[in-house]
Amino acid sequence: MDFKENILTHFEALKTKIKSPEIIDEIRASALYKFTKLDVPTPKHEEWKYTNLKNLVNKTYELGSRTRLETDRYATFINQYDEETANILVFVNGEYIEALSHLISPASELVITNLATAYQQHSSTIEQHFSKYALYEQEAFVALNTAFANEGVFIHVPANTEVKTPIILHFIADASATDVICHPRNLIIVGKNSSVMVCEHFNSTDTPFSTLTNTVTEVYVAENAYCEHYKIQTEENNASHLGTTQAVVQRDGRFNNTTVSLSGKLIRNNLNIKINGENCDIYMNGLCATTGNTHVDNHTAVDHAMPNSQSNELYKSLLSEKATGVFNGKIYVRQDAQKTNAYQSNKNILLSPAAHIDTKPQLEIWADDVKCSHGCTVGALDEEPLFYLRSRGIPQEQARAMLVFAFADDILERIKYQPVREYAEKIIAQRFGMEE
Amino acid sequence: MLSIRNLEAAIGEKKILNGINLEVKAGEVHAIMGPNGSGKSTLASVLAGREDYEILGGEVEFFGKDLLELAPEERAGEGLFLAFQYPVEIPGVSNTNFLKAAVNAIRKYRGQNPLDAVTFLKQMKEKMKLVSIDQSLLSRSLNEGFSGGEKKRNEIFQMAMLEPKLAILDETDSGLDIDALRIVSNGVNTLKSKDNAVILVTHYQRLLDYIVPDYVHVLYKGRIVKSGTKELALELEEKGYDWIKEENEVLV
Ligand SMILES: Nc1ncnc2c1ncn2[C@@H]1O[C@H](COP(=O)(O)OP(=O)(O)OP(=O)(O)O)[C@@H](O)[C@H]1O
Ligand SMILES: [Mg+2]
Repeated sequence: MDFKENILTHFEALKTKIKSPEIIDEIRASALYKFTKLDVPTPKHEEWKYTNLKNLVNKTYELGSRTRLETDRYATFINQYDEETANILVFVNGEYIEALSHLISPASELVITNLATAYQQHSSTIEQHFSKYALYEQEAFVALNTAFANEGVFIHVPANTEVKTPIILHFIADASATDVICHPRNLIIVGKNSSVMVCEHFNSTDTPFSTLTNTVTEVYVAENAYCEHYKIQTEENNASHLGTTQAVVQRDGRFNNTTVSLSGKLIRNNLNIKINGENCDIYMNGLCATTGNTHVDNHTAVDHAMPNSQSNELYKSLLSEKATGVFNGKIYVRQDAQKTNAYQSNKNILLSPAAHIDTKPQLEIWADDVKCSHGCTVGALDEEPLFYLRSRGIPQEQARAMLVFAFADDILERIKYQPVREYAEKIIAQRFGMEE
Repeated sequence: MLSIRNLEAAIGEKKILNGINLEVKAGEVHAIMGPNGSGKSTLASVLAGREDYEILGGEVEFFGKDLLELAPEERAGEGLFLAFQYPVEIPGVSNTNFLKAAVNAIRKYRGQNPLDAVTFLKQMKEKMKLVSIDQSLLSRSLNEGFSGGEKKRNEIFQMAMLEPKLAILDETDSGLDIDALRIVSNGVNTLKSKDNAVILVTHYQRLLDYIVPDYVHVLYKGRIVKSGTKELALELEEKGYDWIKEENEVLV
């Protein structure tokens, strides 16, 4: 079956299954219509030049649902962080599993619920923010996600609230009997002068079937608010991921994103940040450390629409075996965005001859009084430091591991929530043979 | 302990060492001097095992072993140490973790158990005093952002920690202020014993006032063209290298 036909049957089936407010139904129907009109991207599209979806869209998927009820099947994915001190929400194939979730922040401090629930209980906030930032008119997969937007997290931090308890979202793709597609949809609203930390972790069960997670997260950072946002990807070889994170940051706001891609089949991360007020501070950190045949495509775009803000971007990749990567970093500085500081750096180490990266910075600057810089390096591990370590008695393999770990840790160090940082460090250390 | 015979080495098409002969015995201090570009650092790198160089001929024995057959880390295990002329900066690798890895790798090579954390720290404290190196440097990334002098001092600190049998100090004195020079020299002298040896590569007599050499050699165009005692260094300081160059043009 053709991909679009496949999606249409899902949509018809879903319509009979779920009930949502009319306004949501309208958005969904319009998004579906857009999806049917837009082309599914191929490498002929400029933004998809190095990422071929051919083997993803030639499959017939079932729309994800809780295929298994034995929840202990997912325990290993969930207990990776300290549960006692975090709000944990679990989604299997895009659907919320309350039994596995664990919310400890009091309702007075923050609203945190499944999106479907928020449609009913927080309809005015939903109306104000939902589908207002991640626009689907031009983006086939955002349109697709919006057409199915029903479950995912809804986070609303009221004004003047520092949420000390981190929020961990586990998205588990589990294709146990057929190929599965799912469309988790998240909305994070951080009110004026408030702060919150949210970690999205993507996992999959290792089965003979394929999964495709097509996710969208919208983040609204109000005046003087701060959102610390992580995306951790440790899916199996059967799992592909198309994701868009769209953040809008208001005056004096801060948004830090760290994206760590460690495994999976094909990953495309779009990270788009719109700076919508003065004096904002943005960090975009990325680490892609992969092996095997994993393909990771990071597309980032920061849009300086207003003056006096700064954005800092550092993306690194460490590719071994036949792993491939793409980095595309766009910086827009609009005419009004005078006194913008925008820095971008992309560093890549290829650990094997078959590993490959395509990297492209794209700066478009209309303002004249700005400081912008970008740089990119691609190469093997440096020989000089390697020789230095070996000359001190450290065996070659260990010396390599130390250097590789240091390269990666430069990004992981930026993860302020320690359990997440340690989790990623452990994977890197094991993968590249770093001894304790 | 070290015996170099007719060593010839090249980098790419360029031949740099043209037949080096040198004998170093336990307890000795040798100074190697010579004009810029004569091949001093190349000799040091070849001995430490840098792989960019092609060995065209000759042999090097270190305690009876064929040194040129050994990997750099094995040479360190055997007791060779090179203090680099230009120590590299390694971001993200903490100085302390690096040292611990080095100390324990060498212990492992020698069939000894790794040092436990307490003993390691104790040793570190002792050796820090020896070269007056600041604690803050040790918690930082290896050489990253260190001043020229701090890097050199860190090299000697590593030497103190690793207790090599043969230390080659490649212009460790360059870039040191007077106080640092005295401290570093004192460190080297304290570590000196009848069982180990030092090769000092230097351009300056002033280092040799602190660490007195038994022999002074002049390296020119990839050959040791003159050897003598410490008086030779004084003569070079006074007369420069022109007379050496002239002597050797005649020979060629
Ligand atoms: N990687 C290289 N490629 C080409 N030539 C090199 C390379 N490394 C060293 N050389 C050359 O080899 C020669 C010897 O260099 P070396 O560094 O050994 O000199 P040196 O005696 O230590 O000089 P200095 O007193 O300036 O430290 C020089 O002419 C140098 O340019
Ligand atoms: Mg030199």
